[in-house]
Amino acid sequence: MPIKRILIANRGEIAVRIIRTCRALGIETVLAVSTADRNSLGARLANRALCIGPAPASDSYLKAETIVQAAIGSGSDAIHPGYGFLSERAALARLCEREGVCFIGPTADQIEAVGDKLRARLEADAAAVPVVPGGPVTDPAQAQMLARRIGTPLLVKAVGGGGGRGMKRVDDLCDLAEMIDLASSEAGAAFGDARVYIERLVTMGRHIEVQLLGDGLGGVIHLGERDCSVQRRYQKLIEETPAPCLSPMLRDAICAAAVRFAQHLCYRSAGTVEFLVDVEHETFYFLEMNARIQVEHPVTEQVSGIDLIAEQIAIAGGEGLRISQDQVRLNGCAIECRINAEDPMRDFAPSPGTVTEAIWPEGEGIRVDTHIVSGASVPPYYDSLLAKLIAHGADRTTALARLGKALGEVRIDGVATNIAFHQAVLGDPEFVDGGVDTGYAVRFLGRASARAGV
Amino acid sequence: MSLTAKNVAEILKLLDESAFSELVLETGDLKVHLRRGEKALTRNEAPEASAPLVRSGIPAPAEPPRIAPAPPGLRDVPAPLLGVFYRAPKPGAPPFVEVGQHVEETTIIGIIEVMKLMNSIRAGVCGELVEIFATNATLVEYGEPLVRVRPVD
Repeated sequence: MPIKRILIANRGEIAVRIIRTCRALGIETVLAVSTADRNSLGARLANRALCIGPAPASDSYLKAETIVQAAIGSGSDAIHPGYGFLSERAALARLCEREGVCFIGPTADQIEAVGDKLRARLEADAAAVPVVPGGPVTDPAQAQMLARRIGTPLLVKAVGGGGGRGMKRVDDLCDLAEMIDLASSEAGAAFGDARVYIERLVTMGRHIEVQLLGDGLGGVIHLGERDCSVQRRYQKLIEETPAPCLSPMLRDAICAAAVRFAQHLCYRSAGTVEFLVDVEHETFYFLEMNARIQVEHPVTEQVSGIDLIAEQIAIAGGEGLRISQDQVRLNGCAIECRINAEDPMRDFAPSPGTVTEAIWPEGEGIRVDTHIVSGASVPPYYDSLLAKLIAHGADRTTALARLGKALGEVRIDGVATNIAFHQAVLGDPEFVDGGVDTGYAVRFLGRASARAGV
Repeated sequence: MSLTAKNVAEILKLLDESAFSELVLETGDLKVHLRRGEKALTRNEAPEASAPLVRSGIPAPAEPPRIAPAPPGLRDVPAPLLGVFYRAPKPGAPPFVEVGQHVEETTIIGIIEVMKLMNSIRAGVCGELVEIFATNATLVEYGEPLVRVRPVD
């Protein structure tokens, strides 16, 4: 059944991004907003904005019942959850299934299968996708034995965690029991799930992920990989496709493994399988699957020419996969910088406030996904993402040159931004050479502050 | 009783010529609410769901306040949550409150349903009920004024 009206259960740039595709498709939009977002760009662009609650996300964007009620009450036949908030909560998908509202995403079961990190490891095993050596922790003696086999350094991770939360590093096995206790109690408090597991810490790793589309019946295609190794505290800052300095053999193996994993789950909608690539040993390990559209999806769109939101809507509307793997053509290189309202001079502390002036660049191969216009407010309640600046070119050199020029044209007054950080990275020979690992951003910042004599 | 187009035209003419800016006509299961200078024409159980949401391509403030802020001496009772508003405890039952009646802070003025969960909404203010904004069985937003009260000390 074709979808005619979509309730968007999100905010910020992704709400605007979804509205734009809906407009192009002739689909009406209802945007759920908190009181803090009543005057946002998304609220102005949507056909209708519905206030769902006060500013704190727990009272508005995280209330599944209110979101579904808003969809039903506004005559929307589908809900797009965007990323973050309720996007990977099986509860929302299940409520939609029960109430006959179309959820633009995977099934509730699929969200559960990949949301539980231990279960996801088992699913990866079953799909013959390599996982980092490790396993669940049941008791201290078993943990010691397992840890000795894995070797140090290792990580204690929360089963219900993700995005770097709930992780503890162990360098000496004497500390193992203590770290497991600590991680377990933290995980219980933060995720309501005290289960932990241990995994080898791959010290020299690159974060490479594969964009997938699945029809829910076993049909899965990939749209190439993204390299998101420039991270700080597990927060991605720069993403690009294709991954530079990656052998074609390794790339093909990674993409094939991702497809295998999603096929195994009969995955529906857009999703991403993340891998840690061991640069020294030319091997790769399954990290996790993200059962949603991702922040960095535009780089894939720029090289593939495929609108991922439109494909999500088509799949949800029952059209299945409209593109076959043979039809996927990936052209050139695309790089994205996440421009955040945070102050690099103050250890990247969030910088909420009102953007008094916003000027975004334009030009060949430049795309800006943003909700920030002059006068926009950056509320302190949500993440600090202001915009994603994406440059596309025939090759990496061209894309980098365009990105550097575009960054110089950005003007944001009223809040601090990390634009200077991006400019510095783009001028760093190590990044320009390509293929940096996930420890790069921290090393780079250390070098920069050493140079500044701080 | 049913209204013909001619009846409506006559009522509109009467309202136009009168000193009043608003007219509420209720007969049986039919309710006509006319307000001058605004586009608000609501019918009982308005089919909100099927109404097309048309808006021009130019960004404009999304939801211009449908109801002007309460004038001095009056207070609006906002919806404490988004959901479907009901004026009566069940279909066919008399409404919780009517215009002109006295309400206490604890007086229930309606119900807001969120996924089959019924939430009683209390006036939270003591005084005379002067206007009811929310239409029965339609979606109300968080913060949307439900009723207007003239408080008494």
